[in-house]
Amino acid sequence: MVQAGIAGKAAPVSLKDVTKTFAGGVVAVDNVNLDIDTAKLVTLLGPSGCGKTTTLRLIAGLERPTSGRVLIGDSDVTNLPATDRDVAMVFQSYALFPHMTVAENVSYGLTFSGYGKSEIRERARAGLDLVGLRGFETRLPSELSGGQQQRVAVARALVLEPQVLLFDEPLSNLDAKLRRQVRDDIRAIQRDLKLTVIYVTHDQEEALAVSDEIVVMRNAAVAQTGTPRELYDAPVDSFVADFIGEANLLPCVIEHVYDGLAAVTVDGYGYDLPARGLSPGSATLAVRPSRIVLDADVGFEAEVSKATYVGVRMEYTINASFGAIFAVHDDVQAPLSVGQRLKVAFASSGPVLIPKE
Amino acid sequence: MGRRSVDPASVKSLAELRTRRATHPNLILWLTVGWVGYCILPWYGIEDGFFSFGWLFDGYPLDEDYAPAAILIASGEKPWLAPLLLALAAPLAVLRRHKTDAAYSLTLMATGALGLIWLAAQGFGIGIRGYSFDWLNLLFGELGDRQFGMGMGGLLVAASLLFTLTHGIAARGAVNGDVFVVGAIGGVVAIVAAFVFFPIGKMLSSAFVAEGGGYSAVVFASKFFDDRLWGFGCLTGGRCGAAWNSLFLAVLIGSLTTVIGLVFALAVTRTGFRHKKLLRALTVLPIITPPFVIGLALILLFGLSGSVTVFVSDLLGTQPTRWLYGLPGIAIAQTLAYTPIAFLVLIGVVEGVSPSMEEAAQTLRASKWHTFRTVSLPLMRPGIANAFLLGFIESMADFGNPLVLGGNYDVLSTEIFFAIVGAQYDQGRAAVLAMVLLFFTLSAFYAQRRFLGRKSYTTIAGKGDAGIHPLLPRGLSIAILSIAGFWAVFTAIVYGMIVYGSFVELWGVNNTMTFKHYVTAFSVKFNESGIRWTGAAWDSFWTTIKIATIAAPLTAVVGLITAYLLTRQTFPGKNSFEFGTMLSFAIPGTVIGISYILAFNVPPIEITGTGVILVVSFVFRNMPVGVRAGIASMTQIDRSLDESSLTLGANSWNTFRKIVLPLLRPAILAALVFSFVRAMTAISAVIFLVSAEYDMATSYIIGRVENNDYGLAIAYATALIAVMLTAVGVFQALVGRVRIGRRTDFVPGR
Ligand SMILES: Nc1ncnc2c1ncn2[C@@H]1O[C@H](COP(=O)(O)OP(=O)(O)OP(=O)(O)O)[C@@H](O)[C@H]1O
Ligand SMILES: [Mg+2]
Repeated sequence: MVQAGIAGKAAPVSLKDVTKTFAGGVVAVDNVNLDIDTAKLVTLLGPSGCGKTTTLRLIAGLERPTSGRVLIGDSDVTNLPATDRDVAMVFQSYALFPHMTVAENVSYGLTFSGYGKSEIRERARAGLDLVGLRGFETRLPSELSGGQQQRVAVARALVLEPQVLLFDEPLSNLDAKLRRQVRDDIRAIQRDLKLTVIYVTHDQEEALAVSDEIVVMRNAAVAQTGTPRELYDAPVDSFVADFIGEANLLPCVIEHVYDGLAAVTVDGYGYDLPARGLSPGSATLAVRPSRIVLDADVGFEAEVSKATYVGVRMEYTINASFGAIFAVHDDVQAPLSVGQRLKVAFASSGPVLIPKE
Repeated sequence: MGRRSVDPASVKSLAELRTRRATHPNLILWLTVGWVGYCILPWYGIEDGFFSFGWLFDGYPLDEDYAPAAILIASGEKPWLAPLLLALAAPLAVLRRHKTDAAYSLTLMATGALGLIWLAAQGFGIGIRGYSFDWLNLLFGELGDRQFGMGMGGLLVAASLLFTLTHGIAARGAVNGDVFVVGAIGGVVAIVAAFVFFPIGKMLSSAFVAEGGGYSAVVFASKFFDDRLWGFGCLTGGRCGAAWNSLFLAVLIGSLTTVIGLVFALAVTRTGFRHKKLLRALTVLPIITPPFVIGLALILLFGLSGSVTVFVSDLLGTQPTRWLYGLPGIAIAQTLAYTPIAFLVLIGVVEGVSPSMEEAAQTLRASKWHTFRTVSLPLMRPGIANAFLLGFIESMADFGNPLVLGGNYDVLSTEIFFAIVGAQYDQGRAAVLAMVLLFFTLSAFYAQRRFLGRKSYTTIAGKGDAGIHPLLPRGLSIAILSIAGFWAVFTAIVYGMIVYGSFVELWGVNNTMTFKHYVTAFSVKFNESGIRWTGAAWDSFWTTIKIATIAAPLTAVVGLITAYLLTRQTFPGKNSFEFGTMLSFAIPGTVIGISYILAFNVPPIEITGTGVILVVSFVFRNMPVGVRAGIASMTQIDRSLDESSLTLGANSWNTFRKIVLPLLRPAILAALVFSFVRAMTAISAVIFLVSAEYDMATSYIIGRVENNDYGLAIAYATALIAVMLTAVGVFQALVGRVRIGRRTDFVPGR
């Protein structure tokens, strides 16, 4: 990555009790609080329709909150229109202006920023260099591939050196390979230029791969905020546990809690793990498929009902007394057979206790 | 925005700088305009027209007729103009303030609003005979002074006050404080109020005016319940009332044009017919034809001495009849004239039905006929309703054909005309008739909206629709092609007649070929002082061209700005705004014409008899078309294009100018061409508004027809058609094409 003359002026972003209700009473964003630090890449992650795009548009100034405040840097921008906010957005559809060349697209925002002609040209060139599109200046957007269009859209936003850069599912139109590459590019540029980036996706793998922090949303509200590790290892509830890397949600009983450590039983199988503030009684245990130990010496009884070979590992569906469990196993040489009865246990770390729904 | 940080280094951001500046260049511009209007330009309207500039050398600036307001005040005249000075001065005091300052917005709003109110009050209160209302005389005594209609000075001051007001409103935070959008809304509302609601309201109220002044419901009732309006005589062999005649005709024409238009649209898109281009050209031809010209051609064919009539009566040995005059003639002429409009509406809809829907139906085992009946046809419903509405309104408003072919079949539009220009001169009756006409068209408008409801018929999917429209079932296909073929041949004959007729000495009497009519109309002489336009038609011809050329771009601008506001902005009162701007679409030209002469022949807006009134009437008659064209293409342009422009720091004006407008070129072209063509062919409103000085081609031709001078009339009409064809080509070249590649998708919706 060349760093030709573009620097970040990153600023933090906060949403304070922001609610957005659309005409007709649809609550798209419900009392959301967010604090996003300078020079961090934060993803908004959640199922379709949970309010990610709306949150982004609130930050960009394309929507006004029904109540609450939006702060960028330390100024309150709640009532500032998009034009006057120092925020740039990369749209899912790229929104490149079809009647302008690549160079004109990239210079567009600069012409409203009080730069001289030659400086605009300099900066636009630097922006295109940054995304590796030097030499494409005179093309029209229609003469570019999807990935190139995407990079033009990024360059067009970057050259403004915005306080905050927003991406709305920027990769959803790209194929799997290109998606990985562009996503790494975006992350590299963000790190180099120390930009504050807010990134919307509903691909959890993408979110885990690029984020400093992830905000999981559900039904217009924030379900959990944390680093990828925190979300993976300590989901607050079964929704987050299931959304971030599949998890088996097993019913369990907390027998007693001592010194922050809970002793739980699952179908008679005893296991100790951090209590996370829960008290004795029934609860839910979230166990990742890779954390299930098959054919153990102690454990609960189960039966293999399905075995699938997927190349690097085996995938099993196992029937226990309380329902089906999904497990993966690295040993492809000696797979278990369907119908086999066995004892199932958990790896020494990995399972997490979450409150019963 | 109150930024609390004190560290100046961190205040570098551009957004910060943008919001910090306290200069208001746009406001300063409008204030300057106001001051120029007040201090430099003549306040009152000038008889020879402002742009003749004769006034500059005729005593300006001291002559009372040409003096600017400032000089009038200084010399002690027209003291009622003085308060406006205050309204123009007050905003200067707050120019240095920031726009979030309450004093700034309040001052602008107060001075703008009060200034406008005062401007209107003095304009309506004081007219050419002193006070316009008796109670003012009682209150203040005779004025002993008078004033004429406002001129350029007054206009600029009004604009300045209006935009001062909108600046104030924007600063209060309306529409996110967007100066351009609030200003545009204010501007559109003001002109629609002044040139649609005010004249229509004035016309409606004059239906209640009794002989000696004063209002009376009895007068209205006596005119309204007239037998000539509502009579049922025709059921018993006599004559029916004009209202029933008009209604019956309009329903008939609406249905006929819709059916034939649909037949054409289907023939072009869904049959294997090979000469589609030709068919398209044939159907578009009538759009550039003055409507009554078709009536003329019909007379040449089927009239008392028409070629077909003579031929048939010779053949059968019967006496030629006058069957053409009356309902049959009007119906044929209007069907010929308005079918192309229905076709144009329907072809868009027929093509817009997504092929994948029809393909899906077919994969679900529906036969071709089933698919057509259960999927294609219902999806075309909005187009069919629209086409019917257009045919209905056009027929209601048509003036030329009933005048030429009407015979004893009275319709509202001609009755209105005769009430105003005839010996009876009965303004009240004209107003009552206009009310009835307006009631019919507005009802149709309302019924159409109810019929379509809020159901969505949008079928254009986001992704490119591959797939092809299925062909119609064979039987239907043959039927449709033969109807279309018959109609096309008929149209071709009618047009052939028009051209042929223009070269014939005296139709039916002396069929020798001659250039005589063209010479009479368009002769030129060259002598030492240059070219002399000696032809009889040149005067009205140049006037028409001039007026059409001025009106077309204005129509496009007003229409597209309105469309932009309707599709891209949300603001309180948007629904009534939409209704108001669409209203003039449902108002027949005849009604516009009569209400304009009623409203604008007295101050404060005194433009009867000038070219301005013609331009204004064209702009507001044709604006809805500009709006529709604009809305149609704007919904095709993904909103994220505007939004990304906004997030890149462009304000809404720049976004409109740099993103929306360039992508709208096809819509601009459509609006320009349409308003130009309509301005050249319109007759219904024009016939009321022309004057000796500003005669239009169409009214001149009608005059010739009334004198039975068919040859000249037809020659002139043929020339007009040629001119319009050229103009369409020129516009196309001027607007050019948008340079966007194939693969760019204007993704509609998100
Ligand atoms: N203009 C609008 N009017 C009414 N409701 C809206 C509007 N825009 C969004 N919504 C509703 O608000 C909710 C949140 O929408 P939003 O676009 O933010 O979802 P999202 O999380 O981005 O979903 P996706 O992942 O599918 O893009 C949805 O239920 C949606 O239907
Ligand atoms: Mg979204």
